[in-house]
Amino acid sequence: MAISVEALLLTKQYSSQPKGSRPALDAVDLHVEAGQLYGLVGPDGAGKTTLLRILSTVMNPTSGSARLMGYDVNKQAEQIRSRLGYMPQAFSLYPDLSVMENLRFFADINGVSHGKQKSRIDELLEFARLTDFTSRRSENLSGGMRKKLALACALVHEPEILLLDEPTTGVDPVSRRELWQLLAKVIQQGVTVLVSTPYMDEAERCNMVSIIYQGRILTTGAPVDLERQMPFRIVEVKAKPRGTLRQVVDKIDGGYGWRAVGDRLRLSVVDPAGVQARIKANLETAGAQISILREARILMEDVFIYLVEQQEKQA
Amino acid sequence: MRQSFRRMMTIVRKEWLHIIRDPRTLALVIVLPVMMLFLLGYAVANDVKDIPLAVADLSHTDTSRTLVDKLTVSEFFMYTHAAQSENEILAMMDAGIVKAGLYIPESFGRDVSTGGVGTIQFYIDGSNPTIAQTAQLAAETISQSMSQEILIKRLERSGTGMQLGLPVDVRMRYLYNPDMKRMNFMIPGLVAIILQVQTLLLTAFAIVREREQGTLEQLIVTPVRSWELMLGKILPFVVVAFVNVVMTVAVGAIWFGVDVVGSSALLAGLSLIFLLGSLGLGVLISNISKTQMQAMYLASFIMMPSFILAGLLFPRENMPWLAYYAGYFLPVTYFLEIVRGIILKGADFFTLWVWIWPMAVFSIVVFFASVLLFHKRL
Repeated sequence: MAISVEALLLTKQYSSQPKGSRPALDAVDLHVEAGQLYGLVGPDGAGKTTLLRILSTVMNPTSGSARLMGYDVNKQAEQIRSRLGYMPQAFSLYPDLSVMENLRFFADINGVSHGKQKSRIDELLEFARLTDFTSRRSENLSGGMRKKLALACALVHEPEILLLDEPTTGVDPVSRRELWQLLAKVIQQGVTVLVSTPYMDEAERCNMVSIIYQGRILTTGAPVDLERQMPFRIVEVKAKPRGTLRQVVDKIDGGYGWRAVGDRLRLSVVDPAGVQARIKANLETAGAQISILREARILMEDVFIYLVEQQEKQA
Repeated sequence: MRQSFRRMMTIVRKEWLHIIRDPRTLALVIVLPVMMLFLLGYAVANDVKDIPLAVADLSHTDTSRTLVDKLTVSEFFMYTHAAQSENEILAMMDAGIVKAGLYIPESFGRDVSTGGVGTIQFYIDGSNPTIAQTAQLAAETISQSMSQEILIKRLERSGTGMQLGLPVDVRMRYLYNPDMKRMNFMIPGLVAIILQVQTLLLTAFAIVREREQGTLEQLIVTPVRSWELMLGKILPFVVVAFVNVVMTVAVGAIWFGVDVVGSSALLAGLSLIFLLGSLGLGVLISNISKTQMQAMYLASFIMMPSFILAGLLFPRENMPWLAYYAGYFLPVTYFLEIVRGIILKGADFFTLWVWIWPMAVFSIVVFFASVLLFHKRL
């Protein structure tokens, strides 16, 4: 498989950062194969935006190198720009221009010929379901529609690579789903997509995921593989009264701690069968009523929490 | 090249849409110069006349009445209040009812007619130096000319038999601004203000807005080159500035009667060169500003000295040497000489060359520096 995006030891130290402090991006390596839907997952401030800005030629790295489609982001920015679609995190279209005017502007500026423009724009309007809103100013669009328009504008010149910085942040759940469906369609057309997100559950939709934290890539792999590689299993428990449940769970050392998700507690444990037995016994002794007690699937969130804790133990 | 031109025109088209879509700014752009014209024409530039004057004439003679007549006929003074004593005049001055006062003592008429010296007391409110200077000059000139007339009469009466006249006759003739109208000084200045302030601010805002909106980040990843982007953003404002200049000159000619004596084409051409410098400064400001607010403050660093040091409102000749020479570092100083030269004196290219070349050098350097210094990176 051809490599579409390749970063080697990419480092960014902002001039506003105090000297000697941890760089915003710390020797990051990244390999994205052509045609992949690649997820860059990490909390706010992890360095996702910095990495995407460097890859999209918006910003220069302090050191290290990166290539897109074989072109160097520092020296061959122009070759990259004509083949790249980029959607920044903030809404970055012209608020006083209509949906159609924005699309036409980005088509023109990217050199899409007039002959091709009409069919391409119609296709994208259809794709983003914005056909009925062509004359509406983009400032009057809803959050989800703005994101879809931004996506359409980033795709108007049929780029080979699409870089998306948190496209689903600040968007309602329905629009989020819709955006991911759109990305799936983009992938089907052979475009390589690199998307960043702070939502761990969204990582599961990607072919390949890198977890980024404090400027470093903690791990990379297919979501299924990452989950399989973890040295723990998950036990899920729900019982009443909740105070008693917490007391019981606190006393059980399953190996990797626990966290509350909704009305349940999730324990990361080495020995799921043994832990379940102990919880059951202790809860019954305390007179609690158990409604759920079972082994559950490992989620990306569990992977992330485990990796961050390991990282912090090392430090 | 065709691609470049196409991308540039795409930016121009978009910029036009921004201008048209923002009616408030558009209105300001068009209304502001006209408003300034009328403000300067009617509020600021009114030449000093009809200074309210209080008179206490205790002499009640022909001579004293002649003096008062001469003062009021001159249009510098308007006889608004009659007083009975010196104290009454002072009270009116204190209250601000009158700006000048004339006290003629009882002995004045007698002293003059008997060949002695008649003393009068003139009061001037010094709180506004412009009014005070005018009043002083007018009062001195009028009383002196009256003294001369009285002196001549006395000599003729003493019977020398000669035809007496003043030995020196000074004839004044004002060139270029024959009516000494303040508007003639102001309209050319206004052309310079519009080109300096409006274009600088509008250009700086137009670019900083892209940064503030986050659209610059999106533009960076498009194939548009820096100079295409800059020229594309600047061109619409060149048009706007030109429309404003034409409008100012037209209103100046039609309403205030300040005609362009020299060549309009030369004026247009040199305005364009000056414009490049202003636009360049705007681009430079936008390069170092993150928000429109910062750009505004930075712009006032350039605007305030331009107003004061370049000779826009006050003549440079009266300035202390430091301020006088500092003016030479501002392109608008040169441009003012050029505009006044063309509009009032009808000066041609060669006469103005001393002013043209420094301005042209400045404009071209700043313009190209600003376009080249703009980097398509965050």
